[in-house]
Amino acid sequence: MSAEAETKPAQIIGVQAINMALMEAMEADPTVLVFGEDVADPEGGGVLKCTDGLSTRFGDHRVRSTPISEQAIMGAAVGAAIAGMRPVAEIMLMNFISVAMDQLVNHAAKIRYMSGGATSVPLVVRTLTGAGMSLGGQHSDMLEAWLAHTPGLKVVIPSNPADYKGLLLSCIEDDNPCVFIENSTLMYTPGDAPPPGYKVPLGKASTPRVGSDVTLVSYGRPVLDCIAVADKLAAEGISVEVVDLRTIVPMDEAAIFASVGKTGRVVIVHEAVKRFGVGAEIAARINEECHGQLKAPVGRIGAKYSPVPFSSALEKDYIWTAAGIEAAVRKVMG
Amino acid sequence: MSTQQNFPAEPGTAELRDVYSRVMLIKMTDERIRRVIRSGRIATPHYSPRGQEVIAPSVCAQLNPDDYVVTIYRGLQDHLAKGVPLKSLWAEYAGRATGSCKGKGGPMHITHPAAGVVVTTGIVGSGIPIANGLAWASQLKGDGRITVTNFGDGASNIGAFHEGLNLASLWKLPVVFVCSNNTYSEHTTYEKVTAVKRISDRGASYSMPAVTVDGNDPIAMWKAAHEAITRARSGGGPTLIEAMTFRFEGHTNGDDSHYIPADVMAAAKEKDPVPRFRKLLLDGGHATEAELDAIEAKIKDDLDEAVDYALNSPWPDAAELNRDIYDEEIEA
Repeated sequence: MSAEAETKPAQIIGVQAINMALMEAMEADPTVLVFGEDVADPEGGGVLKCTDGLSTRFGDHRVRSTPISEQAIMGAAVGAAIAGMRPVAEIMLMNFISVAMDQLVNHAAKIRYMSGGATSVPLVVRTLTGAGMSLGGQHSDMLEAWLAHTPGLKVVIPSNPADYKGLLLSCIEDDNPCVFIENSTLMYTPGDAPPPGYKVPLGKASTPRVGSDVTLVSYGRPVLDCIAVADKLAAEGISVEVVDLRTIVPMDEAAIFASVGKTGRVVIVHEAVKRFGVGAEIAARINEECHGQLKAPVGRIGAKYSPVPFSSALEKDYIWTAAGIEAAVRKVMG
Repeated sequence: MSTQQNFPAEPGTAELRDVYSRVMLIKMTDERIRRVIRSGRIATPHYSPRGQEVIAPSVCAQLNPDDYVVTIYRGLQDHLAKGVPLKSLWAEYAGRATGSCKGKGGPMHITHPAAGVVVTTGIVGSGIPIANGLAWASQLKGDGRITVTNFGDGASNIGAFHEGLNLASLWKLPVVFVCSNNTYSEHTTYEKVTAVKRISDRGASYSMPAVTVDGNDPIAMWKAAHEAITRARSGGGPTLIEAMTFRFEGHTNGDDSHYIPADVMAAAKEKDPVPRFRKLLLDGGHATEAELDAIEAKIKDDLDEAVDYALNSPWPDAAELNRDIYDEEIEA
């Protein structure tokens, strides 16, 4: 084995990470079920092949392609979870969650509370989305703020293959309903392969870059640009810390406050529409907890307040850009 | 594990008396709830099952304790027929810590897993897809349980009904879909909002056996339920039962049913299923007046005790606001 192979882990993409996690979970726990549109092998093992091989290995009783019936999919997940299974339902694209919102919001999220803890709903919903692929207004939305605003749900948005695997395994083991949001671009972006059994706890942020001048708080795909900006500005002597939240609910507020306490400057970056977004909640919490430590107003970057446009010419300016993040960092630096 | 109990295809004396006891429990509990609400001692929405009491007992008397029941906001009849204890039910109506949901759900969300009542939803039609998931779990585990999901005629017009019945039929799930057709979707007549003559006509769309039955006739209702339960338990898949009935009280408390013509209401009440059932028992020699009176006396005592228990139970502690949102307590 060469020295390089020893130091550089194998590379995998998000699709492989998801597949590895599902394989491990189904192998370890016979109550884990996978279902959704086109997920079984005769239908291609998922539109991105995330579920490739599962039905062949674990049988079509545990891995089922369903009708295009999001209410029925989500409802079956709720019922199976109440009955002691660990369903992993796939809602092909995040916009289609709107069709199943009653089951997710009125039932999955609330049943534990409304039953006084007599029942629980340990389900996972995997769903794909993300702008940048000219998919237009109904196939690209980031809707995590809707879900984060619904007590009872956990909301997970990873940024790299290792986290995809480690967080998905934690969601499947979690006793609460978890929505696991995959990004269309990240699903094909390579990253380090995690070791077997690798798990990432929910509610724990990571710090891919450590710095002392400015904090970038982000999650999902923009994390990659935050890291790139941090690396670029390091050459100029601006020390940027990047906090990757990984989980929106529960949110690792302690990590945010600790970093802001250190740097005194913060820019929040997310893909979703900026107004009324998760960034507004983060900014409010920083205001409540770190006001005396702030050296500049909290910066916020998100998508424009519009549907996702189709044309690539529009779409590239609709969402965040690395240049925009860099400009925001320079602004809070004064 | 649930095992098939041998219930006869037609109810005999023991079965009819069992069903009648549950019917009377529902009727008397409903009447007491309305009385206590009017007195101001409990503040809650209440969806009276008065007039519809026969359906749920005819089904539930043929279920095992661990079979699942899913129901809706008008669900008192299902809760009681399946065996939710009166005290925990009343305490939940009263919003007390001793309620079946610790006072956090209320009558629209009564949950009592030990009795098999695992979901009560306040959303029309939403129990149907959930029932499929419960039944799928039973199918996978081979635990022999079946799931009964209850809803009204209005629910057959919502998308969840279509998605749910299609999937149940495709996957041959052990579910019985019980539609209590009381001919009113809230204030609107069945004909005005439903394109088919009978809801059972919709079964054909899903290749699902479906039947319309007089839900106020305990013998007809027993037989229809028996066939559906037997089919579900033996792996034959789901059945849709449309049980015809009528609602004597308003959609909810405070609704005076002004939209129901007086002659229609009078004719329905003329055929009140509860006195009709009592007459059937007496005429058929299944019970004596004294025996039926004793059933009522026992229920009255139980209700007195349950109401007293509920109204004297503690209110939930404010700390409950932080509990049961997730598995771990949070600072809500």
